[in-house]
Amino acid sequence: MAILTLENVSFSYDKRTRAIKNVSLQVDKGEYIAIIGHNGSGKSTLSKLFNGLCVPDAGEVTVDGFSSRNKKDLFEIRKRVGVVFQNPDNQLVASIVEDDVAFGPENLGVEREEIGKRIDFALKAVGMEKFRHSSPTRLSGGQKQRIAIAGVLALNPEILVLDESTAMLDPQGREEVLSVIRKLNKEQGVTVITVSHYMDEIVGADRVFVMNDGEIALSGTPEEIFKQKEKITSLGLENPVCSEIAQKLIDRGLNLPDGILTREKLLEELCALK
Amino acid sequence: MKDVTFGQYFPTKSFVHNMDARVKILAVIAYIVAVFLVQTYHFLGFLACFAFVVIATCAARVPFGKVLRSIKGILFFIVLSAILQVFFNTDGKVVFEWQFIKITESGLLSAGFIIARITLIVLGASILTLTTSPVEIADGLESLLSPLKVIKFPVHEFALIMSIALRFIPTLLDETDRIIKAQKARGADFESGNLFKRAKALIPVLIPLLISSFRRADELADAMDARCYSGSKNRTKYKKMTLSWRDVLGLLIIANLIAGVLLLNTIYLFPWVI
Repeated sequence: MAILTLENVSFSYDKRTRAIKNVSLQVDKGEYIAIIGHNGSGKSTLSKLFNGLCVPDAGEVTVDGFSSRNKKDLFEIRKRVGVVFQNPDNQLVASIVEDDVAFGPENLGVEREEIGKRIDFALKAVGMEKFRHSSPTRLSGGQKQRIAIAGVLALNPEILVLDESTAMLDPQGREEVLSVIRKLNKEQGVTVITVSHYMDEIVGADRVFVMNDGEIALSGTPEEIFKQKEKITSLGLENPVCSEIAQKLIDRGLNLPDGILTREKLLEELCALK
Repeated sequence: MKDVTFGQYFPTKSFVHNMDARVKILAVIAYIVAVFLVQTYHFLGFLACFAFVVIATCAARVPFGKVLRSIKGILFFIVLSAILQVFFNTDGKVVFEWQFIKITESGLLSAGFIIARITLIVLGASILTLTTSPVEIADGLESLLSPLKVIKFPVHEFALIMSIALRFIPTLLDETDRIIKAQKARGADFESGNLFKRAKALIPVLIPLLISSFRRADELADAMDARCYSGSKNRTKYKKMTLSWRDVLGLLIIANLIAGVLLLNTIYLFPWVI
């Protein structure tokens, strides 16, 4: 069942150049979607269209039946679509972790006891319950971003959008955040949309959209996308390191199967070679 | 620059730390009133106020040196106002005269009086900031100012602005540090030259800082919108402030202090002056 629908959506910031050109897509409940594109491809604008931070000039964005064209429905849309942004420092409102997570539910007018429960749930989901009373300034980037995710989770969203949320993190922080998101998708059934310029991040997604110049240039499963290596390079994206290594090894005459994307898979195949 | 902690909050558990922030703010206001109630040259009242500071410091389990250090910041101001008193209060018996300089008994007394008054106010106020975190102070002010909602004063917004400002101080300090390093790497010189030159050298630090603050503010606004922030309407609050026996006791002690000061105002130590 489609929970998020974009129908022929166009959007421009300055009324001259269109950042998004006639994009249509559908996201089903419980799906894990990856949107990738190089800088300036319109992918971030797309994520702002999802929760009504940007309203389309033409076309329509519908979430669970609510259209972002109606100002009155924006609140309902934002309740359902939680967006985590790039820089954790610019998303945290309060100086204490639990107060920050409480910010969303407070805005919704949730009762005090229920807010407490939601904080428990959200911090547990991102594995940060130990830091409930700490100050975010003392945490690492990955931990801060997990708090930001908890702050969005406390709203009980149906769709979690991550707009370049791992871009500023070190590899360890990135892995922390991605594993939390995959878990949320699998175990809590949260619909996840990750927006990124790292090809690595599309691994594990159900469907992938590649953005270029405000349009969807490619779409399909990660395996289908990775097969089109030249196309990906021409769209200004890099193939994942492991798939590059695998390809180079195949070129050198090693007997490896196609479609190796992750380090684990590469390791497994290499060990199986002998 | 990382070790710059805003304010001087001294985290520990004590009688004063556990008091309600609202009561502490009111108590400090009452204390300042008490200091001002001491009539000119009635130094015994100051003795009572000083005794109160000592008791409060002990009850707060804060090292006395920390409280005294708060004077350092306004030492210049204290000395200046004392000097002004000595030179411009020229009533009464002359103690010392040289050309146009005339120092009188009442001049010296009023200088001592002003030193005692300012010092005591700062000492008392520093007990509040040492025992109450900035966030608690902001929350306390929000609660205390809430009657002003009747005259449409935006109390909630005011408190939110304050707590966000507090939340961003460490972030902006970090940023300043980074910019200074970046400019140094480009050959900027912050350490040599006269005062004017050094002030001018800070321009390449302040402008990037200002620009990035605006960008941060923009992103924060988006993040708050995304978390359904829509002003104080229908908003609940997770943290609840509760009064306890400590607060009643604290207020009783303050009331006694004011009564004591008024009583001591009847005893005049220097009947021969004026």
